[in-house]
Amino acid sequence: MSHNLPTGAEPTAADLDRPLYTPIKRRSFFMYAGATAGATALVLAGCGKDDNNSPGMVNVGMGDVGVLNYAYALEQLEADFYTQVRTGSYYMGLAAGSAEKLILDDLYYHEVIHRDFFKAAITGAGATPIKALQTVYPSGTFSSKNSVLTAAKAFEDLGVSAYNGAGQYISSPGYLYLAGKIVSVEARHAAIIRDLLLENSFVANDVVSLTSDNNSSLATNNVGKAGSSLEKSKTPSEVVAIANTYLADGSKLDVSGIR
Amino acid sequence: MNFFQILSEIEKVDPEVYDRLDSRRSIFKHMSGLGQKLTAAAIPLAVGAIFNKAYGQTPAGLAANDVLNFALKLEYLEMFFYQQRTLVTSGFSSTTRDALALIGTDETNHVSFLRGVLGTAAITAPTLATFDFTAKGAFNPADATTYLALAQALEDTGVRAYKGAAPLTNVMANKTVLTAALNIHSVEARHASHIRAIRRAAANGSATSVMQGVPVAPYSLAPKSWVSGTDSTTPVTTRATAANVYGSGIDTGAATYGAGTNQGPAAGVYFRAESNVTQGDSTASAGVALSASTSSTFANFPAAAFSEAFDEGLDVTTVASIANNFSVSGTYFN
Repeated sequence: MSHNLPTGAEPTAADLDRPLYTPIKRRSFFMYAGATAGATALVLAGCGKDDNNSPGMVNVGMGDVGVLNYAYALEQLEADFYTQVRTGSYYMGLAAGSAEKLILDDLYYHEVIHRDFFKAAITGAGATPIKALQTVYPSGTFSSKNSVLTAAKAFEDLGVSAYNGAGQYISSPGYLYLAGKIVSVEARHAAIIRDLLLENSFVANDVVSLTSDNNSSLATNNVGKAGSSLEKSKTPSEVVAIANTYLADGSKLDVSGIR
Repeated sequence: MNFFQILSEIEKVDPEVYDRLDSRRSIFKHMSGLGQKLTAAAIPLAVGAIFNKAYGQTPAGLAANDVLNFALKLEYLEMFFYQQRTLVTSGFSSTTRDALALIGTDETNHVSFLRGVLGTAAITAPTLATFDFTAKGAFNPADATTYLALAQALEDTGVRAYKGAAPLTNVMANKTVLTAALNIHSVEARHASHIRAIRRAAANGSATSVMQGVPVAPYSLAPKSWVSGTDSTTPVTTRATAANVYGSGIDTGAATYGAGTNQGPAAGVYFRAESNVTQGDSTASAGVALSASTSSTFANFPAAAFSEAFDEGLDVTTVASIANNFSVSGTYFN
């Protein structure tokens, strides 16, 4: 995909600019333009090669590879979380063979497999995986049942909403299928973790559009109408706003290339 | 010049810019996805097309009607199945009854949602008489244990069906329909997980709760909340269908996937058994064969984890053959 002006017998830049601005109220456009370094700089930015390289952030890239790296980033976060769970005081205190211990073990296995799979798959596709991310968690995250399961719930629900919201940005059927194979496992995780916290909360209204929902338009928000029982998916930018709170400076994600 | 990049730059300054420009901000979201594929000169024309599409009366995605109607039939099957929970007069705790009611509500909502998307193109609504949950006398769905085994089979099949349908050309081509299908897919997986937890609790002697934090010795892991291998733990009552539910689908040939070519090796869409451990392969790539020796991190992982970490999809033909077990005519899902 080219962000540069076409060459040859194409319209001139001046020709292009006029219709492009049509949907935008002229006054407000320049108002916002002025908020940056001025209209000229903004137009130049529009002509720029990529949107990436925000200082200190990890850019996942563009296209299908961008989505794969985005998934790799989220799986890194989940895998790291369960790795730390297993060295935390809550897990260490669980009885051998107890249900919660066995469930947390399986989640650890699955997420580490997802993480390492994505790294191998991205490399195998001839692309470059993002670096290993550094995580940060609130103190006490791994010390009590409630804090471990609440964080696990947040990560699993986030993963489901992220895969669902990113599906539309994947162009290869094979990669879309791959994402589908993983997201349903994440949803299975989310359901059992939620049930361990509060029985029968596996499809509660905070993750599935049930009865009261401000987002009433499917097309607008990728969220089902109230009463549709659709998962509430999230856009990549919505997801990283949450994920970045668990990532250290220098590891925070920039997903502006996924669109 | 890239229109979408400009909007993106503005958005960094003012996150609400889309709303300010146009409260119907989805237009711009749609444009940003589509714009990648267009030359700058084509954008003004495309803008008109997008506005027509987004503001028009006709819901997008009619090209995917056959897929949506097939999904609708499956949702009807599930909806009527959960209505039949009242036939089970003993063996369910109150929390289990609540859970089945919750799931039943979801399936009813999915039916309504899909009918709304399809509009006049929706199939004639079936009735309870269309379905036979005994599978011609093979099962007694009034028995609590059998009922839950059937529920697991239906949910897991539903997950596989949506997963297999998502990469269809006509589904992928319509981002709204694709996202809706994905958003149903994960809800079915949540259902499957919960049904499996209820069954696991029963196996461990708890008739009342899926919250099994108390160690039970020996604790039965079966069934897990995720599909493990081909789930040989499926009770005898559903063995007849288990081979299909967790086995492989039809993996070659365009006919099995309907019109189009996005199945089979070229696209990397294979309908393998749930025990599959090779992921991401296609004719262009060997993919990744997952085992304890794939990565040093995996060294002490149990073998089952490698298939559990991935669910597998199914083709329409195989899903129909499973679902037809529960149709009176034996052909409703064809």
